[in-house]
Amino acid sequence: MQTARPRRMLALATGAAALLAAGLGGCAPADQAPSGQQSPSASASGSASGECAKSSLRLVTAGRLTIGTDKPAYEPWFSGDDPTNGKGFESAVAYAVAGRLGFAKDEVTWTVVPFNSSYAPGRKKFDFDVNQVSITEARKKAVAFSDGYYTVNQAVVALKSSPIAGAKTLGELKGAKFGAQVGTTSLDAIRNIIRPTAQPAVYNDTNDAKNQLQNKVIDGIVVDLPTAFYLTAAEIDNSVIVGQVPGTGTGSAEQFGLLLEKGNPLVTCVNRAIADLVSSGDLAKITNQWLAASAGAPVLG
Amino acid sequence: MSRSAADGRGGPEPDGPEPEASAPSGPEAPEPGGPEPDGPVPEASAADGPEVAGNAGAAAAWVPSDRQRARERARRRSAVRSALVAGASTIVVAVLAALLVTRSPGWPRVRETFLSWPDFRASFPDVLRGFWLNVRIFLVAEVLVLALGLLVAVLRGLTAPALFPLRVLAVAYTDLLRGVPTILVIFGIGFGVPALNLRGVPSDPVVLGTVALVLSYGAYVAEVYRAGIESVHPSQRAAARSLGLRPRQALRHVVLPQAVRRVVPPLLNDFVSLQKDTALVAVLGPLEAVRQAQIYSSTNFNYTPYLAASLLFVALTVPLARFTDALAARTARRRGPGGPA
Repeated sequence: MQTARPRRMLALATGAAALLAAGLGGCAPADQAPSGQQSPSASASGSASGECAKSSLRLVTAGRLTIGTDKPAYEPWFSGDDPTNGKGFESAVAYAVAGRLGFAKDEVTWTVVPFNSSYAPGRKKFDFDVNQVSITEARKKAVAFSDGYYTVNQAVVALKSSPIAGAKTLGELKGAKFGAQVGTTSLDAIRNIIRPTAQPAVYNDTNDAKNQLQNKVIDGIVVDLPTAFYLTAAEIDNSVIVGQVPGTGTGSAEQFGLLLEKGNPLVTCVNRAIADLVSSGDLAKITNQWLAASAGAPVLG
Repeated sequence: MSRSAADGRGGPEPDGPEPEASAPSGPEAPEPGGPEPDGPVPEASAADGPEVAGNAGAAAAWVPSDRQRARERARRRSAVRSALVAGASTIVVAVLAALLVTRSPGWPRVRETFLSWPDFRASFPDVLRGFWLNVRIFLVAEVLVLALGLLVAVLRGLTAPALFPLRVLAVAYTDLLRGVPTILVIFGIGFGVPALNLRGVPSDPVVLGTVALVLSYGAYVAEVYRAGIESVHPSQRAAARSLGLRPRQALRHVVLPQAVRRVVPPLLNDFVSLQKDTALVAVLGPLEAVRQAQIYSSTNFNYTPYLAASLLFVALTVPLARFTDALAARTARRRGPGGPA
């Protein structure tokens, strides 16, 4: 009886080993399949225009462009939490890029991609993600970015009754308690530029920050300027944009880019589409249409 | 010769006067009680010497039967083989698992995003600073949870009709707070209480988050205490009452000391859980370990800081788990033969 057990264990171990080996063998080809697909499309691209022809694009779903964004999709970047309606700045930009790539509106699929999972390693379930993602060098190590489609500034929002509502300089903000959404360059702006004495409060999303501003748990929130205009105009009663924060302390001017899987060759075609939109003046038109109200707020000295 | 005969009869001892008969032969007998009544103890022991030694020699000279030897050999062989097979299969499984992970097509990306040493080093100071907040929240919450849980458990056990409303309140509290997910309790209190705009009520997110954790865990711990109280046999209370103790005294001096001792391991288990759930307070804004990791992670698109935070939490929970084990072992020892119950 006792000697029978090790033998059974041995059999079990061998079985497990065989299973693992099978798994190993089963997993390995997963790498080859996409690269196998990739090589013909790469070799087929003779001319520049052919490379970005709709039929030769390597997509998540063949024949359709899959675009990701977070939910809820905030104003003024989207409208009514519905990215498919083409309303709101980023929805309009996404459809304009899709159009340049040769996709009609009904050939675009939207998928929900939480910000935190947009940079997870592995296969992406979107061709590109549009979610007010700022381009930084550190992030480029994990994902690919298109060229920027919007240059953004950060701004401070406070209640009119707040002592910092009338602040003109950054120095007047030092003693205030600020809040921002986690993972945003707004938080960088607080830490690197405003440098308040109190630790900033960091929330899951802008809604939480907004609520705690109204609850007076914090004195001010930092958001990007278009969001600041939207919040003060439509969401938070008796609130005011105190002013713009000069930069975020992370280098050059902050730009939003489309986020793609690292190494995705689609990025060249997307960049060409964005360049077309810039040179034709379409991007400026879209910006004026959806973010016109976001121009101009005093910059805090 | 006569001794060996007496030994042979010694086991059953069927005769009444046996002790008397054996008394004179005391010095001869190897029983420990034998020599004591006599004055010259060294002499007696000296006289006993050869006999005892002879006895021990007989014991050492015990020769295991062939069957016994075969059995021992088989056991040794089987143990060695088990160890070899266990070692080999562990190595095979570990190597295959390592191969499966490291040879997978996404491994370089996974290593870069989850196990990046530069990112670990860069984020660790912030994560550690955040973790100190977790520890402080935990320490304060733990004490309050113990007190609240005990109070609620005792309230639930009240039998006086006039105190019925308190009992209802205690039942409602445990039912509600155990049912609602902890994160929702934290959201509700952290966002709801400041919105009330009451004077004198704290609006600090760390305080409110701690209060929420205490309320949530207080409900669990109350149930643990109650289980302990109910595990004390009713006869204990009855005995205390029969000694003249009032019901409250019986509870305080007889029931609770036994009940609390019994539930220490499950209580510590709840505290391990509480340690981890301090991370949930992050939703209210404070920069604790997981939030610090998340900030670094989303700024640099690298998940390694989460690993740093995990390691810190493990470093805190493992000693507590070992402490729980040690405590349980001590209880088991004390309950063993001869020890107090």
